[in-house]
Amino acid sequence: MSKPIKKKTYGLLAEYDSARAVYHACEQVRDAGYKVWDSHTPFAVHNLDKAMGLGPSVLPWIVFAMGMTGASLAMLLQYWTSAIDYPIIIAGKPYFSWQAFVPVTFELGVLFSAFGAVFGMLGLNRLPMWYHSLFNSERFLRHTDDKFFIAIEARDPKYDPQKTRELLERTGAAHIEEVED
Amino acid sequence: MAKYQDELDPITGRMELVEGDNVTFHDVTEAVARPIEIPSSRWWIAFIPSVMLLGVYLISIAYLLYMGTGIWGLNNPVAWGWAIVNFVFWVGIGHAGTLISAVLFLFRQKWRTSINRAAEAMTIFAVICALQFPTFHTGRPWFIYWPLPLPNQMDMWPNFRSPLLWDVFAVSTYFTVSLLFWYVGLIPDLATMRDRAKTPIRRFAYGLFSLGWRGSTRHWVNYEKAYMILAGLSTPLVLSVHTIVSFDFAASQLPGWHTTIFPPYFVAGAIFSGFAMVLTLLLPVRAWFKLEHIITVKHLENMAKIILLTGTMVGYAYAMEFFIAWYSGNPYESFAFQNRLFGDYWWAYWIMVSCNVISPQFFWIKRIRRSVVWLFILSIFVNIGMWFERFVITVTSLHHDFLPSSWDYYSPTVWDVSTLVGSFGLFFTLFCLFVRYLPTVAIGEVKSVMAIANPHHHGDSHGEHH
Repeated sequence: MSKPIKKKTYGLLAEYDSARAVYHACEQVRDAGYKVWDSHTPFAVHNLDKAMGLGPSVLPWIVFAMGMTGASLAMLLQYWTSAIDYPIIIAGKPYFSWQAFVPVTFELGVLFSAFGAVFGMLGLNRLPMWYHSLFNSERFLRHTDDKFFIAIEARDPKYDPQKTRELLERTGAAHIEEVED
Repeated sequence: MAKYQDELDPITGRMELVEGDNVTFHDVTEAVARPIEIPSSRWWIAFIPSVMLLGVYLISIAYLLYMGTGIWGLNNPVAWGWAIVNFVFWVGIGHAGTLISAVLFLFRQKWRTSINRAAEAMTIFAVICALQFPTFHTGRPWFIYWPLPLPNQMDMWPNFRSPLLWDVFAVSTYFTVSLLFWYVGLIPDLATMRDRAKTPIRRFAYGLFSLGWRGSTRHWVNYEKAYMILAGLSTPLVLSVHTIVSFDFAASQLPGWHTTIFPPYFVAGAIFSGFAMVLTLLLPVRAWFKLEHIITVKHLENMAKIILLTGTMVGYAYAMEFFIAWYSGNPYESFAFQNRLFGDYWWAYWIMVSCNVISPQFFWIKRIRRSVVWLFILSIFVNIGMWFERFVITVTSLHHDFLPSSWDYYSPTVWDVSTLVGSFGLFFTLFCLFVRYLPTVAIGEVKSVMAIANPHHHGDSHGEHH
């Protein structure tokens, strides 16, 4: 079992000092045609997704589907229990007195939507993911504090250890390092 | 006016949300994270009394479970005593947290970032306190699952036409969604704590709950969308919750309860009381944790303005209730309101009016809005007043209803008092644990509203050129 571990490269990690620097660097990496890359920031930098050329999130569709499911299930549940399974006259109202069923329908619609928003977001982001190659970098620890990063992965078809490093240098990176997978 | 000059953002010309010269992102991280990593011994001064009060609560509940609800002052006309008063009080407190986190977010009120974390925590703890009361008021809390539509051997279902059942769904949804919203907001800050952690236990605990967050922009896109959607969902949700709480009263036939003004009036009152509680909690926290440059006087002033607005709305609602009671020509309705002013519980009514209608009017004066001492004192008055509002609504309407032969006077027992006081112990204990172990201020969100966070920011000396 003591085979020497073959070290693989995850990619290049460039560090920037400000939101402005990483913003313009992202524009240059995007224009250079890279696809498998990402930026890492301590907070959501305004419009950085556009500087990276990312499309909008599909999350709203997940939430919409979940919300409609929750609301429909709630109304069906109330209809079935009150009018089909155990019909009983309460306060002289019809069995299917839908107006009285609106609050629970609304609440369950909101509840399912919220589950859709949170778990949909985590699913789209593939979180939780407790191990990630970037955590191998000591400097990367400051991505949750005050530093901004761009990581270009070795999987990217345009990736070339030398040329990619030169590109990142041109973007004004404060520090560049190779990260192990 | 120069006396109150706030620091201005060089780009937008609006007031700086984080005060001080050349504050960096790292300074913000340090300011929030350091009190958690190197706790002050003063924390125990708040924590120990809180735990003692929690003990009072546990003893009260243990005795209640042993003896039954007969230890409370409930009697025949007043079957809804302090349990319901406390329930509505605590749920109302929670509403300010959601207002700050969701409604102010949708209105792009950037100042909310300094206070939303603590306010959302307050919401969750207040709803936990609120849920205690209906649970134990059932008398047999081990059957608390009965309102849920679970198949059972009697083949019976809950009555979905009852406002009390709507309440079960509304409050439990509210609790769940508030918790999710709070947790989503915490994820990036837990990652900050993870990356700063010096001990293995901290690294493991913060690491576990931060889910491996790595600040990826591809993640932020979905994250920000989720945050926006949760804000959009929480806004109608929070309005629906206190609306449905008010239906518990308004959908009955009882004079004093059966009014259409209740939903908006309850919601305004909830926000009013909640902001007062936010002030009560945050004034000590910002002083003890030295967060005065992040939770600035301007933030406090904004909250005072909201208290003034909602307090005035509550005052308007009180007046309108009286007008309608008279204008309706309904003798029972008119009597119920005369009874509030001059009946057995006149003192409760006048405490309510002085605390809720008169005390917020001091906030017209800028000096008072910016004085920490005044804000603290007035926030306590509002808390007291809003508790009395629920007492007045519940008890004065019940104790003298239609038939004089069924009238009675209600007074609480020592167990009512100890349960209410003890519930504050539960609340403060949870809040103390929160400020001890979790970032009290949303670190990432505060950074994002600083001038240097703008990707087009060129530094102080350059100014604008695009």
